[in-house]
Order: sequence, then structure tokens, then C-alpha cells
Amino acid sequence: MEFLVASAIGILTAAGIYLTLRLRTFPVILGIALLTYAVNVFLFASGRLMTGNPPILRDGVDVYTDPLPQALVLTAIVISFGMTAVVVMIGLGAFLGADDDHVDDPKADDAAAEDRS
Amino acid sequence: MSLFLIVALPFLGALLPGLMNQAGRQACASVTFMVTLSAFVGLLTNAPAVMAGEVVQAGIDWMPLLGLNFTLMLDALGFFFALLILGIGLLIIAYGRSYLAREDNMGEFFTYLLLFQGAMVGIVLSDNILLLLIFWELTSLSSFLLIGYWKHLPEGRQGARMALTVTGMGGLAMIGGMLILGQIVGSYDLSVILQNRELIQDSPLYLPALLLILLGCFTKSAQFPFHFWLPHAMAAPTPVSAYLHSATMVKAGIFLMARMWPVLSGTPEWFVIVTSAGLITMVLGAFIAIFKHDLKALLAFSTVSHLGLITMLLGTGTAFGAMAAMFHIMNHAAFKAALFMSAGIVDHETHTRDIRKLGGLRHLMPITFTIVVFGALSMAGIPFLNGFLSKEMMLEEATHTVLFNSPYLVPVLATVGSLFSAAYCFRLIGHTFLGPKRDDYPSHPHDPGPGLWLPPALLIIPVIVIGCAPFLVQDFVFLVAKAVIGGVDKLEVKYIKIWHGLVPALYMSIAAVVGGLLLMAIYKPLQNLWDKTPRPEAKTIFEAIIAFFVGLAQKIIHPTHDGAFSRYAAIMLGFVTLAGYYAWSTGTVGAPTRELQTAGPVEIAGWLMLVAATIGLVFLHRNRLMALILIGIAGLMVSIGFVFFSAPDLAMTQITVEVVTIILLLLALNFLPKKTPVESSNLRRVRDGVIGAAGGLAAFAMSYHFMLRDAITTPISEFHLANSYKGGGGTNVVNVILVDFRGFDTFGEIIVLGIAALLIYALTETLLDGPVRARLLNRVPDQPIAGDAHPMMMVVLTRVIMPIVILVGFYIFLRGHNEPGGGFIAGLVVSIGIVMQYMASGFSWAAARQRYPYHGVIGAGVLVAGLTGIGSWFFGKPFLTSDFTYVRIPPFHEFELATAALFDVGVFLAVVGAVLLSLESFSRLARRAHVKDPEHPMDINPQRDDQPQGSVVKGGV
Repeated sequence: MEFLVASAIGILTAAGIYLTLRLRTFPVILGIALLTYAVNVFLFASGRLMTGNPPILRDGVDVYTDPLPQALVLTAIVISFGMTAVVVMIGLGAFLGADDDHVDDPKADDAAAEDRS
Repeated sequence: MSLFLIVALPFLGALLPGLMNQAGRQACASVTFMVTLSAFVGLLTNAPAVMAGEVVQAGIDWMPLLGLNFTLMLDALGFFFALLILGIGLLIIAYGRSYLAREDNMGEFFTYLLLFQGAMVGIVLSDNILLLLIFWELTSLSSFLLIGYWKHLPEGRQGARMALTVTGMGGLAMIGGMLILGQIVGSYDLSVILQNRELIQDSPLYLPALLLILLGCFTKSAQFPFHFWLPHAMAAPTPVSAYLHSATMVKAGIFLMARMWPVLSGTPEWFVIVTSAGLITMVLGAFIAIFKHDLKALLAFSTVSHLGLITMLLGTGTAFGAMAAMFHIMNHAAFKAALFMSAGIVDHETHTRDIRKLGGLRHLMPITFTIVVFGALSMAGIPFLNGFLSKEMMLEEATHTVLFNSPYLVPVLATVGSLFSAAYCFRLIGHTFLGPKRDDYPSHPHDPGPGLWLPPALLIIPVIVIGCAPFLVQDFVFLVAKAVIGGVDKLEVKYIKIWHGLVPALYMSIAAVVGGLLLMAIYKPLQNLWDKTPRPEAKTIFEAIIAFFVGLAQKIIHPTHDGAFSRYAAIMLGFVTLAGYYAWSTGTVGAPTRELQTAGPVEIAGWLMLVAATIGLVFLHRNRLMALILIGIAGLMVSIGFVFFSAPDLAMTQITVEVVTIILLLLALNFLPKKTPVESSNLRRVRDGVIGAAGGLAAFAMSYHFMLRDAITTPISEFHLANSYKGGGGTNVVNVILVDFRGFDTFGEIIVLGIAALLIYALTETLLDGPVRARLLNRVPDQPIAGDAHPMMMVVLTRVIMPIVILVGFYIFLRGHNEPGGGFIAGLVVSIGIVMQYMASGFSWAAARQRYPYHGVIGAGVLVAGLTGIGSWFFGKPFLTSDFTYVRIPPFHEFELATAALFDVGVFLAVVGAVLLSLESFSRLARRAHVKDPEHPMDINPQRDDQPQGSVVKGGV
């Protein structure tokens, strides 16, 4: 099971990195979203994996999974929504303003050509 | 008055001039004057204690672990300087009121002035050297604002920049020096440092500390070779020049040398560096001053020269030298401030400061003439004026100073410096005021009103009084000198006398004055010679140095920061992976301590789906809609994973966030291209693939090793589990951590979330106000629009479901403390319910029914959470301390009331507001993009005939 989770983290990270390195805003945003999953799952897994022992206190139950990473990841998920929304808005604004959704600045000579025109 | 208040008054008062700006110039100046006057009187209330030789102290701990404490001390030295700063400050404010023209913003000017004043007072009263450094930097910053006050003048801006660069650089060196000093002594408190002379001077770090501190002092006090910034700072309005150059800014370096005198002076290094820098500065500054035509430039170089004189006196390291230095600071402050203000008057009345265009003003401006004569003669060292006394002391000290094994070097240079000094003073009087009256002045000069001449005239009083009756101030001077000297040396002089008998110093003095007169007699040929001599221009050199560093920085930065985000990201990710590999290969990994858990077919199926979706995303991401579906699958699998691994709260959060994120991306995709074109080369894709694979492998290896080993120390989670119910009153530990144990974090997080939403709103507004708006209005959707924008089934369903969604949200919220749920999840659930209305019934229909703006909802959430936290203050507890109790209202079960639940309401509101504000902003873009919203929420409604019934239509239910 640990192997499955670890490999899932690895694959999410690899795909996230690959997409983050693309040239357009949309795949970069998707890449960041995948990286967010990977990071969240990794943080969560730092409490070690445990099935069937949610951190809800019950009489007669002594073993609970680690609640702290869960609390941290919970806020991380919500914040990552805010972050994604801002990034999407910036990307969208840039596209609407310049009709271009590249993440890289235009090359220096291109920019000069644009200034001249 | 408390020392805190004396330092704080100018800073607090700095708010007032700006506020009073509308009330008129008189009010603005008066309020500034009153602020400084209060601080001045407050300082005087401490005078009896200081005069009795006590050291007044006040302090509070700020960051004790760093040794940074807000401790102030007032001894005679600090008192003396504070007196100068505030006293002359009062005169400068009065003078500035009349000096500034109508078009100058007076509130701005006085605000800067008070900030500067506060920083200066802070320097001289600090007992902690770190605190002193903070004030030191504040003077650099506020003097930058003052020097560049006339923003329309390029000289003003350049001068301000140069002053900031030079003094800021010195300040940086000074920080290093002070930190070394603190390390040597083991304390950053001045009172402790000053007791450790031997420890500091025996330390191998003494020399670096000394050099760095002196670098700070020399740049601030314009000592050679850093003297060049001061004349360029003359572009400032005259009140600023008068203030900065007489009593404050440039005296800060001198002050610090005096303050550190007991522990730093007395060594050969100190003696050689400080004395020679002072001597060179004194002679050079005086020499250049002779040939300056601009009145203020002349005075600026004379300031440089006099600062050199004081520095040299401090450098000799004798008690007499220190005493003479203090006495000269007092005298110089008086006559130099008066002279600067007079130069300002001449400028104000004749509209020029060029000596070549002036002359013969004595009949036209008799009052100004009188002031300048006394001030300049004092500066030249004529008996019965105060400058004579301290200059005699300097010459006296010079005759006893042996530098580089030569008993003649210092006395001769000191005499030469005095000679030049006398010469420029005579030139100042002679070429400006004496001589025939001219008829080509740029304006019609006459004496100004008392607002301008009274402040310098007041300063001339001490010039004459001290000059004639030095015994009046001698006790005070000795007291200050003793504070400088500390216990290191003994002051042997008992009196300050005008007549010492026929001592060498007198002959030197006479030689200087006579020589100065002779120089004036042959001034014309000298000036010609000077004009013909090529000499290095400090400004050009300075600019060349700056240009060199700017060029160097550009050479490094431009190739590395070329705006290619994907390249930065590749470099960063590659580097992080390599750093991780390095740590991995050099560290040791213990044996696994946990058993590998076996996975069943269901788990493997879930894993397969996640992996398939992720890998599919990589290959199919060019079809953006498909990519959204795939990422949705990945998110869903992650949520299911959370459920499986005992994290129901996480699963609920993940799945609800997933829904809103997908909606958000869909809204954005509406405008973006639907396909990503193939652009990168195969090579590049392979490179990215390699980086991705390496990063993924690293993440896999790390998490796999992590999960098979137990924590090295007991996690703090044990505490949370143990105290969740006892201390927080809830059985859902995750929720209790969020709203109770780590409530402050959560408070910050909802604020961040709110800010993100407001940012999105602001960006939308900007877009809709700008040129993008026209583009959106004219936009033709690139995809066919569905024929039925608001399908009846969906409209009916969402409306029926709405109360249920709210109820579920409410339920999830209430049970959150004890069962999975809570404010975050409830907020997301309710948001989705509302978003569904927007989607099904249209924007205008939903917006018309929305009573509270979402900004307000976010604000209310943060406010509720904050007030809950503040509430605990009323019970004497720290911010956000929680409390709970159990109540029973028949016929219900006993239930819990916790302040944490109130806090959770805040979280709930903030989440709802933030999510909806973001989504609403996106939809507004889309809304304006289309021509018009349909008038009816449902395209088909049997209740309605074809006539529209207004915007509000009875719903389908």
C-alpha cells in the first residue's frame, strides 16, 4: 500500500513538473494543480498511512491516525483553490489583454519589433 | 518627561503636518513647532538629573533573544546633542515657515522634517546599538526625502540619491561593525560595551570592527574621501541644508565617534586613521571652499572642513581633544546654522546665490549683513566670538600631536587649514556684502521680514555671549566632555579662557587670520589659477563607479533573467532535485521500522485510475476540455484515497474544492483557446520529461522511505489527541486543531483566502475598465452556444435542491466539532449550492436575489473570527483562547456551546464569500462578453404569456 501511495505521489509530481514546463498558461496551471495534489498527499502521508482509524475520538478506541497533517492539508487544499483562482485570473487577464497565452516573455528582438510597430 | 515620549513625539507628530495641510500654512507650521517644542520641553525636564551627572534610562524588552531591546539612555552627551537637534529644529521650523514658497507642499516638508528629527533624537538617546542602527538608517532615509524635497529639480534628485547611496553604504558597513562589537562584548547595550575597553581593544576583531564603524561615521559625516556627497545635497531647500549641516545629519557620525570614544580611541590605528582623515578633510574642504561661487556650496565645503576639524580632535585620543571637539560642535552648530539661514535669505531676496553676481549688499540688507559678519568672523576665529575659543583649543591640541613621527605635520596643517578657513570667511563677507552697490542684481534685495531673519539672529546671541563670557558654558562643556571620555582619561583643564598668554596657538591663530587676509588680497590671480588647474570631479567619479556596478549587474542579470518562465522553472526544479539527491547520497538512512501494508484489488483499481488519468493528462493535455475531465478524475481519486486512509474531513474538503475548481477552470476556458498547439521541439520535450521523471522519482523515493519509518521523536499530535476533548471540547481532532489549537493559523488563512478573492475581483474590474472591455463586448464565442441556456429540468432541480443543500451545509457545520465537517467544508458545500443557481438560472436571476455583497460576507467572516479571538481578552486570556460549556434546553439533548464554534462561523462566512466572489468575478467577464442575458430564467414557463413580467419572475416551484 505504501508503495502505491508513494508511486502515486511520484507520478503526480512527474506529470506536474512536465506540464509546468509547457509554454502556455493552461497546461502550466494544470501542472501546478497536479503538483498541489502531490504535495498535499505527501504532507498527508507524513502522518503515516492508517486505514479505519479516523481521528474522531470514540470511547474504547485508543489508536487514531495522526490528525495534525490532516489539519494542515485541509487548509492547504482551500488555500490552493484561492491560489489557483488568482493564477487563472492572471493568465486569463494576460490572454485577454494581449491575445497571447504564452508564459515566457517574447524574445528581446520580438519585443523590439513590437515596439517599432 | 519619559525618554520614550521624547523620541516618539516627532514620529507621532509627523502625522500632523500632513493632516493640517488643508488648514493653511500657519496652522501647519504651528503644529510642527508645537510638536518639537513639546519634545524640547520634555528634554529640559530631564536637565536637572543630567546636570547632576546622572544617566536617565528607560527601556523595554523588544527581542531580548537577539539582544535587541528598546532601551534609551540620556547622559550629558546625548542631552547635548538632543538639545542641539530640538533647539535648532525649532528655529529651522520657524524659518522654514517663511522660507517655503506658496507652491511648495508644506505638510510634506514638515512631515519629512519631523521624521528626520525623530530619527536623530533616536540615535543620540539609544542605549542599544542595534536600536541605534535602526535610527541611523532612518536618518539616511528621511534625509533622502528632505534633500530630494524639490522633486522637480534634477540636482535635488541626484543629490538625494548620492547622499542615500553613500550614507546607506556606510550604514551597511556600520551594521557589520556594530555586530562584531556586540559579538566581542557579548551584549548590544551601549552601557555594557562602554565598560569593556580592554576586552574590545585586545580582541583580534578590533581592527575590522573599527574600520567598519569608522566607514559608517566617515560617510555620514562627510570625511575624506566620502566628502563629495555633502555639497551635492545643497540642492535641498535652505532650511534643510541648515538643519542637516549644522546640528544633525552630518553630526551623527561625529556623535557616534564621540559615543564610542572610550572603547575605540587611544589605539595607534584609531589615532592614525581618524586624525589623518580629519586633517585631510579639514584642509581640503577649506581650500575648495575658497573658490566656490555658490554661497551654499561655499558653506557646504566649510562644513566639510569643520567636520574634519572635529574628527581630528576626536582622533587625537586625549581628554583635551575630546573636550575641544564637543565645544567646537556647540559653536559650529550656532554659527553655521545662522550662516546657512542667511545664505537662504540672500537667495530669497536677490534670487541668486552666485557670489560673482553679488556684492555691496551691506546697505541694502543691513540686518542680514550684521548676522553674516558675526557668524563668519566667528567661523574665521576672531576673538570675542565663540569660534575663536574652540579654534584656539584645536591649535593648542595640534601643537601636542605627533603624527607619523613628525611634531610639525599636524600644527602646520592645522594652521594652513585655519588660514584657508579665514580666507573663505573673509570672502563670504567681502564679496557678498562689501564693495560698491551694483545695479544688476537679479531682483531688488532688501531685508526680509522677521520670520526669516529672527531665527539666525537668535543664533548669533550665543555666538557673541559664549565668545565674551565662556565661563557661562564651561561647566556644561566639561560635563559633556566627561560623558564622552567616560572613565578613560582625566580632563585637566579647569577653565575656558579667552586669553592664554603668548602661547604658540595664539601665533598660529594670528598667522591664520593674517594669511587669510593676504590670500584675499591676491584672490583674482588665485582664482584664475584654480580655474585653469584640472582636477578630478567627485561627481563624475562617483557616477562612473555607479555605472560600472550597474553594468556589471546587468551583465549578470540580463542573460539569466530573460523572461523565460519555463526555463526558470526547469532550472529551479532541476536544482531542487539535485540538492535532494545530494542530501540523499550523503546522509544515512535507517532500516525500515514499519511493516508494508498489503493492498487489495479495490485499492489497486483506485491507484490504476489515478495513474491512468495522470499519464493520460500528459499525453492528452492539448485538448483542454479533455484535460479538465482527466484532472477531475485525478482529484476524485485523491479524495477517495483520503477517505480510505482515515481522513474523512480531507476527503470532503478535496471533493468540494474539486467541484469549484473545475467550474472555475471551465469559466476561464470559455475565453481561452480550446487547444494547446504543439510548439516545443522534441529535444525540449525530452528534456522536460527527464526533469519530470527525476523529480517524480525523487518524490517517490522520499515518500516511500518516509512512510516505512516511524517518527524520530514523538509527534506533537499526541498532545492534540489527548487534549482535544478535555481542552477543546470536541471529538473531531482535525476540526479542533483548526479552530482551537491552531486557530491563529486558520485566522491567517481565511484572511489570505479573502485577499485572493478580492484580488480576483480587482483584476476583473481592471480588465473590464480597460481596453479589454471592448474586446469582450465584441467577442464572438468560438463554440456554438447551447440552444437552451437554462434547461428547465436543471432550473427546477437546482431550486428544489437549494434548501436541502443549505440544510446539509448547516448540519455539516454543526457537527463539525465532533464528527467530520466544520466551517471550511460547510462553506464549500453552501457555495456549490449557490453556484448551481448561477449555472442553472443565469447570472442576472441569481444576482438579483443576492442580498449581501460577497465582499461584505468575507469581511463579516474575518470580523467574526477576529472578534471571537478578541473576546478572550476580556477574560484576561491571550488572543483566541477558547472556552466551551454544555447546556441543555428541554426537550433537546444536552449540547455544547463553544467559542470555537463562533470562530468556525467566521471561517464559514469567509470561505463562502471568497469562493463566490471569485466565481462571480469570472462570470462577470463572460456576462459582458455576450450580448444580453435572457430576460427569463427559464425559456419555457407555462405561467407566463409571451409578455415579460419584469426581471423577477416567480420560480418554477
